[in-house]
Amino acid sequence: MTARIGVVTFPGSLDDRDTQRAIRIAGAEPVALWHKDKDLKQVDAVVLCGGFSYGDYLRAGAIARFSPVMETIIEQAKSGLPVLGICNGFQILTEAHLLPGAMLGNDHLHFICRDQRLRVENATTSWTSDYSEGQEIHIPLKNMDGRYVADERTLDMLEAEGRVAFRYLDFNPNGSLNDIAGITNEAGNVVGLMPHPEHAVEPLIGTGRTDGLPFFTSILKKLVTA
Amino acid sequence: MSKTPLDTVEHAAETPDVELPWAELGLKKDEYERILGILGRRPTGAELAMYSVMWSEHCSYKSSKVHLRQFGEKAPQSDALLVGIGENAGVVDVGQGYAVTFKVESHNHPSYVEPYQGAATGVGGIVRDIIAMGARPVAVVDPLRFGAADHPDTKRVLPGVVAGIGGYGNCLGLPNIGGEVVFDACYQGNPLVNAGCVGVMRHEDIHLAKASGAGNKVILYGARTGGDGIGGASILASETFDDAKPSKRPAVQVGDPFQEKLLIECTLEAFQEKLVVGIQDLGAAGLSCATSELASNGSGGMRVTLDDVPLRDSTLSPEEILMSESQERMCAVVEPDKVDRFLEICDKWDVIATVIGEVTDGDRLEIYWHGGKIVDVDPRTVAHDGPVYERPYARPSWQDELQSDDANKLPRPATSEELKDQVLKLVASPNQASKSWITSQYDHFVQGNTVLAQPEDSGMIRIDEESGLGVALATDGNGRYAKLDPYAGAQLALAEAYRNVATTGAKPLAVSDCLNFGSPEDPAVMWQFAEAVRGLADACQQLGTPVTGGNVSLYNQTGEAAIHPTPVVAVLGVIDDVARRTPVAFQEEGQLLYLLGDTREEFGGSAWSQVVHDHLGGLPPQVDLERERLLAEILISASRDGMIDSAHDLSDGGLIQAVVESALLGGKGARLVVPDGLDAFTFLLSESAGRAVVAVPRSEEVRFNDMCGARGLPVTRIGVVDGDAVEVQGEFTLTLDELRTAHEGTIPALLA
Repeated sequence: MTARIGVVTFPGSLDDRDTQRAIRIAGAEPVALWHKDKDLKQVDAVVLCGGFSYGDYLRAGAIARFSPVMETIIEQAKSGLPVLGICNGFQILTEAHLLPGAMLGNDHLHFICRDQRLRVENATTSWTSDYSEGQEIHIPLKNMDGRYVADERTLDMLEAEGRVAFRYLDFNPNGSLNDIAGITNEAGNVVGLMPHPEHAVEPLIGTGRTDGLPFFTSILKKLVTA
Repeated sequence: MSKTPLDTVEHAAETPDVELPWAELGLKKDEYERILGILGRRPTGAELAMYSVMWSEHCSYKSSKVHLRQFGEKAPQSDALLVGIGENAGVVDVGQGYAVTFKVESHNHPSYVEPYQGAATGVGGIVRDIIAMGARPVAVVDPLRFGAADHPDTKRVLPGVVAGIGGYGNCLGLPNIGGEVVFDACYQGNPLVNAGCVGVMRHEDIHLAKASGAGNKVILYGARTGGDGIGGASILASETFDDAKPSKRPAVQVGDPFQEKLLIECTLEAFQEKLVVGIQDLGAAGLSCATSELASNGSGGMRVTLDDVPLRDSTLSPEEILMSESQERMCAVVEPDKVDRFLEICDKWDVIATVIGEVTDGDRLEIYWHGGKIVDVDPRTVAHDGPVYERPYARPSWQDELQSDDANKLPRPATSEELKDQVLKLVASPNQASKSWITSQYDHFVQGNTVLAQPEDSGMIRIDEESGLGVALATDGNGRYAKLDPYAGAQLALAEAYRNVATTGAKPLAVSDCLNFGSPEDPAVMWQFAEAVRGLADACQQLGTPVTGGNVSLYNQTGEAAIHPTPVVAVLGVIDDVARRTPVAFQEEGQLLYLLGDTREEFGGSAWSQVVHDHLGGLPPQVDLERERLLAEILISASRDGMIDSAHDLSDGGLIQAVVESALLGGKGARLVVPDGLDAFTFLLSESAGRAVVAVPRSEEVRFNDMCGARGLPVTRIGVVDGDAVEVQGEFTLTLDELRTAHEGTIPALLA
């Protein structure tokens, strides 16, 4: 058997096909989920992909968080459903309070697209177990609103509990506090990050690296051996 | 415009003496008289609105048509061409059942008036052209030209344009894979914002803009119609800017990329279910264009009820509705029994869709408003039978003087030290400097098929995951060359784009162009235009790459001062397996560097003459299209057979610019030796065409040399990939750090 991993399409989602491809390359079965549909089609895990859901004209992720599909995802994530939020997906997860903190506009006020070096800080979550702690990887980054912020207490808690999953190296591309690129919830089933692992799964495409593939093999191994 | 009573066809016939504002709508007196002749009465206000926008320069190509015919007359035989000039975009067969459609368009005037929205809606418009052919858009490119990099207004226009392109394109999920950014004072009051898009479909999915089958329904879907962009095509894009006239800002459209993204998805879903008989996007001239083109290209007539058009502003008059260029709208012709399913798909994507009319078995386009018939025309007279002008043209009196002001006679660097300083100055000059501050504001990765993106020689997209089939697209233009000789300049633009496609390993197949010129009412400009079109058509014929479509942008001038004639040429190529692509970056130390082609003393229009001497004169580099074809064949074979690991075409800035770029991108330096028979200055900075520099693994040296020798391509070993500096033996050494600082610092310092 293999794992069934859902990919939600909101109006304005952009990386849904790419994420489905990454799941397929990792050996799992991608399942398309629709924003108006509460039914998760019995998937084993969910990815919220990048894009500009509902145009993001209010605040990134603010409207998507109230969509019918998110009602079910929020409920099931609380009881352990693995959920990965990439870019806009990360923004939605913070808006949904499945992850703490919030995302603001990049400090330089421009969209930024670059091949970003990261350090894996937590290799124990459902989505990062195929990495090793301290591993340095390159993952493409592309966003307008990527500046992670949280109050001091939350930051201290994240740091103390090892819940910063990824940190920017070399260059902080958006002004995120503590160079945070991605975080996890306490249970390790919900992970969000700004860079795009689904764009780093094939040797010829994009930056030509496959450093993003372990996200998808991590969850596959966890689900298949579970 | 018409007030009460409603200016119906009947009313118009009864009131022949009513004065209509034809001049304010941009029509000339003889054009208005022509309309009177066609209709046999005065037009209604609504008819006048339609004729005025459709007969504008922008929509009717009335000044350029007589020249553009050459693209058809001289078109080379090509099995690859599936749809040629005249549709929304041309379509090319790339094998394995795939067809690719691509086109470049201009949004110059709006982008000067309102940089962000002008550029954003330029992207939106070209993307809708591609969808209208039945294709899924897979990439965009943006050839841009601005005034002097250090001019204060450039800091207003450029960041707005770049943010607009990014803001719109990034939200659509289209990777931006190429284009250009050029600075020249001639574009100060008239920046060139060209936008290109590539789409992919299966052969059987090609759609055309025609309304056939009486009883079929005409469905308008997408955004509501508002008062924006009225007169965009006629008043804004077809006249010269003039300070004395009122602001044209309201003629610029306002874009909503989210709406466009929904439009893409719902259109593609409707195509997939084969629900669409004919389709047209609403761009320039809005509903006037969509209804008249659909009706005139089909077999019947069309009846439209304008009251059914969903409005953003209920006070709009029928004339305004017909002229509005509100963005993100499409018009589809659907068989009656498929209308429900079509509307269902639109509803799924929350896209407003309304049946506004139907195809009739007559031959008239009839439009109704509040129960009265306000338009009754033969749609062909609106869409296709506009005026055609044989504008007078004459070689400008200053052309000889310009050409005799020979750049080869400019003072050259006297010492190695001076040569080094000039090289460093060139590498850091705005036109040669890295544009990553700009291109990093565009998403290159979305869709997960980007094999190459800028600053590579051409962008490359995989279109089949199984076979690795891919397409490459390059756009090039050099207004300085074209100013010196428009015939050769257009050919050099084509040659460079062709070469750039081949450098990455793809086979050039077809051409689209965006011809940016000054006012056609100036005989000197018209001569430049005529020469450029003749040059491009001749060269396309010789290279076997047909022009599939494109765009003409005239009136690019401020007062009496026209821009440099700037034909921008896009070449599309195909590569059987993207795994064989050749990048620009040096890959491995120890690989041998070869210069392919001949280097002559050619400095007319060169980057060196501009940066070091602020000079424009002489003749542009010689054009040798047979050589270009041979060079391309060698580059493609070498890529396919694994003989080269990196390649870069030589163009502005010459050999040293190419080597520096390959070195910086690869993080590996180079040691160069000046070949026998050349001086260091000419070797490094000449801009002779038909050249490329390649890096050959030592194991392939013999095979590569044999291939070039057998096919008669001059090949010169010029050095080796090595170290962390670019060293020209006996002349100078520049470390990669020095070069990187110079090359990458300029644009952020000027614009960030």
